[in-house]
Amino acid sequence: MTSFHEFIHMGGFAFYVWTSYAIFALVFAWNVFQPLYHQRRVRERLARRSRGSSR
Amino acid sequence: MKRAQRGEVAIPAPTTRRMWTFFHRLASPRYFYELAGKLVPWLGWGTALFLVAGLYGGLWFAPPDYQQGDAYRIIFIHVPAAWMSLFVYVLMAGAGFIGLVWRIKMAEVVAKTCAPLGASFTFLALCTGSLWGKPMWGTYWVWDARLTSELILLFLYLGYIALESAIEDRRTAARASSLLALVGVVNIPIIHYSVEWWHTLHQGPTVFKLGGPSIGLDMLVPLLLMTLAFKLFFFTMLLVRARSEVLEREANSAWVRETVTSQ
Repeated sequence: MTSFHEFIHMGGFAFYVWTSYAIFALVFAWNVFQPLYHQRRVRERLARRSRGSSR
Repeated sequence: MKRAQRGEVAIPAPTTRRMWTFFHRLASPRYFYELAGKLVPWLGWGTALFLVAGLYGGLWFAPPDYQQGDAYRIIFIHVPAAWMSLFVYVLMAGAGFIGLVWRIKMAEVVAKTCAPLGASFTFLALCTGSLWGKPMWGTYWVWDARLTSELILLFLYLGYIALESAIEDRRTAARASSLLALVGVVNIPIIHYSVEWWHTLHQGPTVFKLGGPSIGLDMLVPLLLMTLAFKLFFFTMLLVRARSEVLEREANSAWVRETVTSQ
């Protein structure tokens, strides 16, 4: 790669290359956020439960 | 004749003993939870580092392929994703087996948390393969051996997840889904050897083959960097998922109550 235009254009294969990398980004992002969100929900639920039972 | 002292043979060498102590402690949910919590940030930063290096190398630094032009750049996600789809399945089935035979809780946790990650890698391998197939073969999909067996792998992962979540009792769920995972192992060599056993559109191996990889170094290095990034990413998110699972399973123990109420 020598120029930004060349990079975006991908020798005419821009659609295939960039769609692949977009799906990759989405799959990875989902695999980061879903477990972190789930972890927070589990912690909150368990915290509520254990506070409720100790009272 | 000198008599062997009692216990002389039975005591293993210190390093072996230490290793087994480590495994025993790792099987304890609390120890696992705490160790995993310390490892996650390191693994996460490692993933980011290899990912940046691999993407730079693959998308910018590496030259276009002399046959495929720039379309070949899909390889840097397609191949690591496909490798991981197999690796994760074997790990999942192995952990399931250990859970089945020795009833080790942490093995059940690992098996369960492998499934969504493995399914993601398989999905990614199928999608990127399809997007690579269109410009190279002229079609998004063919029902050939490699593609079909990889699609079956996705169904195995989805079946595992569905079965596991359909059964209320965690231990019964783990046993049933581990059996399914073990039966599905038969698909793994089929995927691996499909390009050799049958005539297929999919190309044969380029990296792991006799006589060394048939790929230029400036392409091989980014590929290996991306492979490491994928592997680190998998272990990072496996630990994150496993920690939540441990909290849920051990919800009634004192240390979990302390942990969740302290923050």
